[in-house]
Amino acid sequence: MSGPTVQPASAGARELTYVQALNEALREEMRRDTAVFVLGEDVAVWGGGGVFGVTKGLVDEFGPERVRDTPISEEAIAAVAIGAALTGSRPVAEFMYVDFMALAMEPIVNQAAKLRYMFGGKATVPVVFRAQEGAARGNAAQHSQSLEAWFCHVPGLKVVVPSTPADAKGLLKSAIRDDNPVVFLEHKALYGRKGLVPSAADFVIPLGVGDVKREGRHVTVVGIHTMVGKALRAAERLAEEGIELEVIDPRTLVPLDLELIVASVKKTGRLLVSHEASTTGGYGGEIVARVVEAAFDYLDAPPVRVCAKDVPIPYAAVLETLALPQVDDLIAAARALARQQL
Amino acid sequence: MTRAASIPAVPRLGAPLGNERLLEALRLMLTIRHFEERAVALYRAGEMRGTTHSSIGNEAAEVGVMLALAPTDYVTSTHRGHGHTIAKGGDVKRMMAELLGRATGYSGGKGGSMHVADLDKHMLGANGIVGGGIGLATGAALTATLRGGGAVAVAFFGDGALNQGILHECSNLAAIWRLPVLFVCENNQYAQSARSDWSVAGGDPAKRAEAYGIPGVRVDGMDFFAVHAAASELAGRARRGEGPSYLVCDTYRYHGHHAGDPLNYRPKEELAAWRAKDPVDRFKRELQERGVLGTDAIATMEQEVAALVDQAEAYAKASPEPSVDQLMTDVYA
Repeated sequence: MSGPTVQPASAGARELTYVQALNEALREEMRRDTAVFVLGEDVAVWGGGGVFGVTKGLVDEFGPERVRDTPISEEAIAAVAIGAALTGSRPVAEFMYVDFMALAMEPIVNQAAKLRYMFGGKATVPVVFRAQEGAARGNAAQHSQSLEAWFCHVPGLKVVVPSTPADAKGLLKSAIRDDNPVVFLEHKALYGRKGLVPSAADFVIPLGVGDVKREGRHVTVVGIHTMVGKALRAAERLAEEGIELEVIDPRTLVPLDLELIVASVKKTGRLLVSHEASTTGGYGGEIVARVVEAAFDYLDAPPVRVCAKDVPIPYAAVLETLALPQVDDLIAAARALARQQL
Repeated sequence: MTRAASIPAVPRLGAPLGNERLLEALRLMLTIRHFEERAVALYRAGEMRGTTHSSIGNEAAEVGVMLALAPTDYVTSTHRGHGHTIAKGGDVKRMMAELLGRATGYSGGKGGSMHVADLDKHMLGANGIVGGGIGLATGAALTATLRGGGAVAVAFFGDGALNQGILHECSNLAAIWRLPVLFVCENNQYAQSARSDWSVAGGDPAKRAEAYGIPGVRVDGMDFFAVHAAASELAGRARRGEGPSYLVCDTYRYHGHHAGDPLNYRPKEELAAWRAKDPVDRFKRELQERGVLGTDAIATMEQEVAALVDQAEAYAKASPEPSVDQLMTDVYA
């Protein structure tokens, strides 16, 4: 199901940042469908659109009716977006930090995720809840969490975690066109990252299709967000030792492209999962469980989690670095895994 | 306690309902009363799972508001939601089938009493979370604003939701965006066991509207005409783009919070005092006084409504349970 999603430059790709790619996705979908609108805190006026610039310039093109600054009222932002979606609009609600979504869990968990089922399939709730998560900027415990597993635990939600500009654009366009509530989680440390993004107007990446970011024979590494890039750096260094990592970005956690991961594990016999979310209850455990269920006989060693420590994210750089999984942690764990035989 | 008696009389603002609409109102109120009595009986007979929350006593508030609305207007409801669905034109057969967990129910048996919706009629559902419908109605009002066309949205909630944060957030947002939404509080005096004159700081819930710079009107919720007049005016101003408002209807929950309520927290004489102001009896009397219909016609209508509820029960009981292959459908579109 996987394949290269970034087309060569000759096919019409440009280099964009992750933020620019997200902005293009919003702009294109708002042009394509007048039912799409954006709401959230500081999405229109602040700096021309968005604290991180994702909605930059949208209010100039689409006006304040469709690019709506809200008060600081996260529960209302979520609930109103859901009510609008239930009645035929296609809102994209922005939460400035995923941490603030804790204030909006009631409508997301009890309303958006469940209305369709509770109403016997008669409700359609095409809403996107956008937020950014993750650490590495010294934002400390209430602005650095990675909470994707919370949403994965609620049937009825889809959960998207892009790591590249092309994935960000193609997946956001799919999320907006999806008729289900989608939690679309960006990573603050990736916003400035550059990459080639296809120019084609119909460039979309379907939800539920993972991507092999690097092929390798010895260890399958499934990374989320920044851990994809860190895994690629670890792979380069380990290659010098003759250890080949296969780096997989699932891109969406719900639905999960398990087939892609299992196919890789059948080849390598070893699985390492890595995310910035704290280890306990993180989605990595779910990936491990599913791989064990599907491919136990193919495993040559116990799967390993290289995830954040079970601690609130600290402020001081020395502590924050320790709390998060680093390239060296991946290298050490992958090296040990590669050498281990059951 | 007779809170409603202490409320200043609200002037009847014309209430331009013709006889046909008044008869429709009576039929809806009787249907709610009969349906709820049957639901409680079926629950007690062990025919229902979970629980059921009776809206007996609140009929004038529910129907009074609903007759101020157009079919295209949106409504959200509460865990005590049967009356709102009936008043918005819901089908009692499909409702009863849902209460009994049958495949022919509104949700195919997946929702039950607390999750009945009729989206085709713009009834956006009962809701198991106290205050859960408030944001949905505010969002529906946003769709109405973006689309144009003059639809309004009504969020029904009880006095329990007055103290949920979502009401504050949505009241504020609706006010600054001038959304066409009515926040209708059926102040039925109790949130489970919590008396509203204890739990609601500031006394008069309608006065909270002042803080948002929007109208707050409090009426005798046992008086159909008072409710309807106030709702018509507030819906009218919302429709004209003049923004949201609060309507507080003082009423009483005759039954307990749900069918298994011990009811140890309220004096029996309180119920008797409110029953003396019964909204259905009062409305019958008023229609007779106005010459809209006589005793015989009322008796006939009662029989018709009782027969309708009989048919609904029979339909539900004759309907199959959901097939097992329905478990995992409708999770995603």
